[in-house]
Amino acid sequence: MTPGEDCMTGEPPAVEERLSSPVGISHAGLFWGFTRISLVGFGGVMAWARRALVEERGWLTSQEFTSLFGLSQLIPGPTITNLSVCVGARFQGATGAIVSLLGLIAAPFLLVLAIASLYSRYAAHPAVQAMLRGIAAVAAGLILAMGVRMGRDLGRSLPSWSFTLLILAGVLLLHLPLALLMLALAPASMLVAAWQKRRTP
Amino acid sequence: MNPLFELMYRFAALSLLAFGGASTVVPEMHRLVVGTHHWMSEETFTQLVAISQATPGPNSLIATLIGWQVAGLAGAFVATAAMSGPPALMMFAAANLWERMKNSPWRGIVQQGIAPLSVGLVLASGCIISRGADHTPGAWLLTAATVAAVLATRLHPLWLIAAGALLGLTGAV
Repeated sequence: MTPGEDCMTGEPPAVEERLSSPVGISHAGLFWGFTRISLVGFGGVMAWARRALVEERGWLTSQEFTSLFGLSQLIPGPTITNLSVCVGARFQGATGAIVSLLGLIAAPFLLVLAIASLYSRYAAHPAVQAMLRGIAAVAAGLILAMGVRMGRDLGRSLPSWSFTLLILAGVLLLHLPLALLMLALAPASMLVAAWQKRRTP
Repeated sequence: MNPLFELMYRFAALSLLAFGGASTVVPEMHRLVVGTHHWMSEETFTQLVAISQATPGPNSLIATLIGWQVAGLAGAFVATAAMSGPPALMMFAAANLWERMKNSPWRGIVQQGIAPLSVGLVLASGCIISRGADHTPGAWLLTAATVAAVLATRLHPLWLIAAGALLGLTGAV
């Protein structure tokens, strides 16, 4: 997997090599930095996050970003939320992590509730219904496309794709609970990955 | 059972399964919210997903909206906190561990093992949302066109969402 590459196609990696991190970034800086990231990114916050963290602010080198991104994907939860915890912790420890996470969540939280209460007031209006039907169809497409993009990272690995198909079938056809599927498939998938690694070192 | 308590522990549990982002647990949310608890209709669920996609911010906003729909402002707070808290704590612990695992082969193996499952779950979310959203040939086409546009161009998703709203207004969907 090449985390960080896919959604950033076309942007040249930042070449600047800083001798590792802590430039002093204050709690307020972290809060507003992540607030800004959260508000510019529609759908794909990650691409914006890289631009802001690496290119505009220089909080992380490109390599640092890629490795923290990979880590954020491994831990459950939205990648961007995890990344904010990672970055906050790196600069200001536990309080930095909390502040960064709040910065990322607070503004969108208020915004989405404002939109939703407008929605509940005007939901019955036919024009609103019609617009939302269109948006819902696009939303489905956005998520499917994201899946396809993530799938490109799997390459042509047959074992990987079989696990993708297995979990897809488990969810869509068998309606199995996710906990059960993950408990069964994640260890198996990791075992196969380990075995493949041994065969092709 | 008190819906706030129910929201809290359901979403806290879900948050720990959301490998690859909140989109991966949309099918499970759907199962719980529409199926098990009958908290809202299929239609409402799909529209909440659409609103969360059209709002900037992390995709975990869907939890905020479900909480809000089920139990008002308190529900929104509880669902958001339950969805963000546990992963944040895990992440904090993992960030330290990860630094120490820098040269271990396990790092790559874990990463490689999780990836196909994340892909499958995101695709499943897309299918479930599409099932709720696409009732007409026009809607199917719009979903397909969105996939094509995202993959083939570097168009900002906001433009696609705006185009979807417009097409909806014209009655094409």
